[in-house]
Amino acid sequence: MDQFTINLLFVGASFALYIGIAIWARAGSTSEFYAAGRGVHPVTNGMATAADWMSAASFISMAGLIAFVGYDNSTYLMGWTGGFVLLALLLAPYLRKFGKYTVSEFIGDRFYSPTARLVAVICLIIASTTYVIGQMTGVGVAFGRFLEVDNTTGLLIGAVVVFAYAVFGGMKGVTYTQVAQYCVLILAYTIPAIFISLQLTGNPIPALGLFSDTQNGEPLLATLDQIVTDLGFNEYTAQNGDTINMVLFTLSLMIGTAGLPHVIMRFFTVPRVADARWSAGWALVFIALLYLTAPAVGAMARLNITDQFWPQGTEEQAVSLETIENDPAYDWMATWQQTGLLGWEDKNGDGRIQYYNDADPDMQARAEEEGWAGNEFTNFNQDILVLANPEIANLPSWVIGLVAAGGLAAALSTAAGLLLAISSAVSHDLMKGQLTPNISEKGELMSARVAMAIAICVATYLGLNPPGFAAQTVALAFGLAASSIFPVLMMGIFTKVNSKGAVAGMLAGLLTTLLYIFMHKGWFFIPDTNQFTDAAPLLGPIKSTSFGAIGAIINFTVAFIVSSMTAPIPQEIEDLVESVRVPRGAGAATDH
Amino acid sequence: MADQTSHSANTLSESGKAYWKANLRIIIISLIIWALVSFGFGILLRPLLSGIPVGGTDLGFWFAQQGSILVFLALIFFYAWRMNKLDHEFGVDEE
Repeated sequence: MDQFTINLLFVGASFALYIGIAIWARAGSTSEFYAAGRGVHPVTNGMATAADWMSAASFISMAGLIAFVGYDNSTYLMGWTGGFVLLALLLAPYLRKFGKYTVSEFIGDRFYSPTARLVAVICLIIASTTYVIGQMTGVGVAFGRFLEVDNTTGLLIGAVVVFAYAVFGGMKGVTYTQVAQYCVLILAYTIPAIFISLQLTGNPIPALGLFSDTQNGEPLLATLDQIVTDLGFNEYTAQNGDTINMVLFTLSLMIGTAGLPHVIMRFFTVPRVADARWSAGWALVFIALLYLTAPAVGAMARLNITDQFWPQGTEEQAVSLETIENDPAYDWMATWQQTGLLGWEDKNGDGRIQYYNDADPDMQARAEEEGWAGNEFTNFNQDILVLANPEIANLPSWVIGLVAAGGLAAALSTAAGLLLAISSAVSHDLMKGQLTPNISEKGELMSARVAMAIAICVATYLGLNPPGFAAQTVALAFGLAASSIFPVLMMGIFTKVNSKGAVAGMLAGLLTTLLYIFMHKGWFFIPDTNQFTDAAPLLGPIKSTSFGAIGAIINFTVAFIVSSMTAPIPQEIEDLVESVRVPRGAGAATDH
Repeated sequence: MADQTSHSANTLSESGKAYWKANLRIIIISLIIWALVSFGFGILLRPLLSGIPVGGTDLGFWFAQQGSILVFLALIFFYAWRMNKLDHEFGVDEE
C-alpha cells in the first residue's frame, strides 16, 4: 500500500469516527447545545478541554518554533500551560457557580450593563476569529501534504467536516468528538517522538530523552549546542532575546489562555463547582502529555535535520545533491519541496548543499575560504517540522498516516470550539440578549446554527488569506483575550468595580492592544502599513505579541480609576458577587 | 436567580468572610509559587541556577521547558483538594 492510501485510510477513519460520535450526541436543547447539559465528567471534560485547547499551533507549529530558536521559545511552553493555573484558581469555579452559558453573559449581569455585555461580545468575536485563522491555515497545511490536494480544497474539506459535527452536535457533540480527537492527536504526537527518542538516546520517554546522552555518550543538548554554534547559529540552550520581552510574552500568553472564551466555556459543562476545579487539573494533565514531549521533539528534529545536511560532521563536506536525490533517507525533502514549504538551491554549483547561518561573521569567513555562496537550504517553513518529523527519522508509513490524522484532529477540534464560542456569542448574547429577547428556544438553537455556519464561511475565507505564521496569528488572539476579557472577569469576581469602570477598562485594554499590534503588523494586517516592526518595537524591547500583558495592566488601572470616581455597585450586584464566591447552590442556578 | 442569592447574602457573616479570606490566602500562596517557577527559575533567576547541571544544560532550562509545567499541575490539584476541603469545613460545599 502506498503512503497516500495509508494517509487516506487514517484520515478517513478518524473523520468517520468524529461524525459517528456527532450523530450519537446530537443536541436537542439550548442547554445541550451551549453547555452539553452540564453532565460532563471532569476527566472527560479535561480531555475535551485539552483537545479544544491544543490547536494547530500547539500540534503543528510549537515544536518548530522551539527547534529553530531554542531556549527563548520556552515562553510558549510556560505561557500556554501557566494560564491553566490562573483559570483554575481565579475564574473557572466562580464562573461555573454563576451558572450561565457564555462569558459575556456573566460580564453583562455582573456589570448590570448591556453595553458591558456588548463590548465583551465584540472582544470575544475578535479574539476567536483571529484564533480560528491559525486553525484553518493548519488544516490547509496538513491536507495539502497528506491528501495531496491544494490548500483551498483541503480547507473546504476541513470546513465541511467541522460543519457536520459542530452545527448539529453543539457543545454536546463537540465535547465527545473532542475526546476522540484528543486520543488521536496525543497518539500521533507521542508515537513518533518515542521512536525518535529511542533512536537518538535509547530512552523511550521523549521528555527524559531530551536530558539524556546520545549514542556517542555526550548529552543530547550539549551535542546540539555544539552543532548549531559550529554552523553560526545561536546556542540552543542559551538566552538570546531580551529578558523583559520574554517575561511579558509569557505573561501575555498565560493571561490570554485564561481569557480565551472557548476554553472558559468548557468549565460551564461540568456538574458542580468542585468539578470545575478538578477539571482544570485534568485538562492540564492531558495538555502536559504533549507539552512535555514538544521540547524533545523540537530539539531532536533540529539535531536530525542538521545531521542530514552534514552527515560527516560540521567540519567536513556538506551533503551532496546526488545523495539528496537518490538516498531514500532524503526522500522527505523531495516530498515537501512539492508543497512549496521547503526548498534548496546549489548557489555555488559545487554539487553540495551547505546549510549554515550566512549572517554570522565567522561563517562568512569560512564560506569565503571554502567557496560557498550563502546558505543553500533556502526555504524551510517551520510549520512542517512536526508533520515531516516521522519522514525525517525514517519511521514506518503508518506513523506518517497517524500524524496526518493527528494534525487534523488538533486543528479541527480547536476550530469547532472557537466556532461554538462565536455562535453562542451571536445567538445567546446578541440575538437573545439584545435584539430579540423573546426568541423561543427552538429559534435560538436555529440562530446558533446559522451563526455557526456563517462563522465557518468567514473562518474558511480567512484561512485562505491568512496573515503570518499559524502560531503568530494565534499569539495576537492571546493579546486581545489578555487585555480585554481576563481582567474584566477577574475584577467581576474579586473586586467591586462598577459598570462604567469595567466598560472603560475593557475598551482601554482592547484599543491600546489593537493599536500596538496594528502599528507593528500593519493596519488590519494589510502588509506595509505598519510604522514599526517587531525587530525595533515602539516601546523598548516590547514586541507587539507581548503587549497583551501591558494591555491588561492598562485595563485594570483604567477600570479602578473610573470606578472609584463613579457610583458604587447596587446591592443586588453585591449579592451576586457574594454568591459566586461560594460553591453552595450551584445546582440550583442551572435549573433556570 | 434572586431567590437563591438572598440567603447567602444574609448568612455572609463572619464565617463567610473567613472562608473568603482563607481562599484568598491559598490563591496568593499558589500564585507566588506559580510565578517563582516560571518567571523566576525559568527566566529571571536562571543565571543564579546556572551552576546546577541537568542533562547537558542547567536547571533554569529544565524549569523553563518542563519543571514549571509539572509544578503548575501540582498547584492546580493542590488547590482543588484544599478548596474542596475548605468548602466542607465552612459548610459551603455543594449538596
